[in-house]
Amino acid sequence: MSDLKQTPLYDLHVELDAKMVPFAGYEMPVQFPLGVMKEHNHTRNAAGLFDVSHMGQVIITPKSGKLEDAARALESLIPMDVLGLKDGRQRYGMLTNDQGGIRDDLMFANRGDHLYVVVNGACKDDDFAHIQAHLSDSCDLQMHDDRALLALQGPAAETALSRLIPEVADMSFMDVKTLPYKDVELWISRSGYTGEDGYEISIPADQATGLARDLLAMDEVEMIGLGARDSLRLEGGLCLYGNDIDTETTPIEAALNWAIQKARRSGGDREGGFPGADVILSQMAEGTVRKRVGIAPEGRAPMRGGTPLFADSDSAEQIGSITSGGFGPTVGRPVAMGYVTTELAQTDTTLYAELRGKRLPVRVAALPFTPANFKR
Amino acid sequence: MKFTEEHEWLLAEDDIVVVGITKHAADALGELVFVELPEVGTEVTKDEDIVVIESVKAASDIMAPIDGEIVEVNTELLENPTLVNEDPLGKAWFFKMKPDNMADLDDMMDEAAYNALIA
Repeated sequence: MSDLKQTPLYDLHVELDAKMVPFAGYEMPVQFPLGVMKEHNHTRNAAGLFDVSHMGQVIITPKSGKLEDAARALESLIPMDVLGLKDGRQRYGMLTNDQGGIRDDLMFANRGDHLYVVVNGACKDDDFAHIQAHLSDSCDLQMHDDRALLALQGPAAETALSRLIPEVADMSFMDVKTLPYKDVELWISRSGYTGEDGYEISIPADQATGLARDLLAMDEVEMIGLGARDSLRLEGGLCLYGNDIDTETTPIEAALNWAIQKARRSGGDREGGFPGADVILSQMAEGTVRKRVGIAPEGRAPMRGGTPLFADSDSAEQIGSITSGGFGPTVGRPVAMGYVTTELAQTDTTLYAELRGKRLPVRVAALPFTPANFKR
Repeated sequence: MKFTEEHEWLLAEDDIVVVGITKHAADALGELVFVELPEVGTEVTKDEDIVVIESVKAASDIMAPIDGEIVEVNTELLENPTLVNEDPLGKAWFFKMKPDNMADLDDMMDEAAYNALIA
């Protein structure tokens, strides 16, 4: 355990009697005394505070001083329209490899004179090295290990955070703003990983516990662990890197086509020009053999990642597998997602999952399982 | 009441033994969302996995604590798995079995010994 890192909120987690587990190289809280189910429901009904400081916060500054140079440089690594992203706005994206697979998924924001990128904790060192290797001619990169990252998620997130920082109420989904709090600068985005409205808040490490305590003092806010974070994002239909997407899955197989803007598609102003573009653009035109879909088990048994899927109750040929799944507290039944052959990917197709030696019916389901509750 | 190192409790009622999991085990698992029970009439062997339980976090198995036959299962748990968290030593028993050898219970831990184990 000694080689695990701790986030700036570690002492607070211990004080709050969290159950700590290793995750992405950090000791992270998987649940608090409230328990996964109540933490999940509290986030859907009020506001949940999450420590996501294990994630990588990277600033990309153009050496020329012109943001478009950084935007063009980042476009060489991701199939997204970075150049067209307006000041104060954020987008979802992914780093691809030469085979069209996904190295990592990320959020990137235009913050005026630089780009701000948030990547997964488990991938952050590799991502940084990869971006550095390709962008160092035109950009300066900085990994902000000196900052914590908090997420405040749920329908009461605006009410709670705007008591401390009134300006956040004016932000729309995927807006980013730099706002003062006490003596420090917060980098706030209106986004998250739960399917709820909410914010992600970057704050200098030594101030993070203070902000967390100020929020936790409010009736609406409870501290939430990784267990509920997973069930919330699963109901929200959001991919977990390493489970639902990885270097072996392309953005098209993962049904993330929406994240690739027109400018980067075939016929767009800046068509291709990212790793794996030949594979990704041809899949976009011609389709893929398999596709990521929602899976709704018909019975009560939760089905987790790795569960094989079949077209009927006795065929030998596997047609896909579940990549993540569990119980969805809001929908009150098991939920999952996975990959199936495209001809069986139609919503409401009945498939069979093999669980403990038994074939159990599941249904291909539209994602998300719970409607997104964003402030557009 | 007797206890196993697998955090099960056993309560002898005449020639039948009622089996459940301890509060310590239920607390560690967190809120249960799914229970799968064996069929009545099944002959089971000690340490055989016979019950599947899932919490929000993970799946676990419950093993047969002794050799014998399953004579009754608590079907209320199928509809209401969180009963295990609410009343693990009472209403949330999992199954009743007719032991091949009632004396198998004699060597098991009593409450004091079990409490020492989990302390």
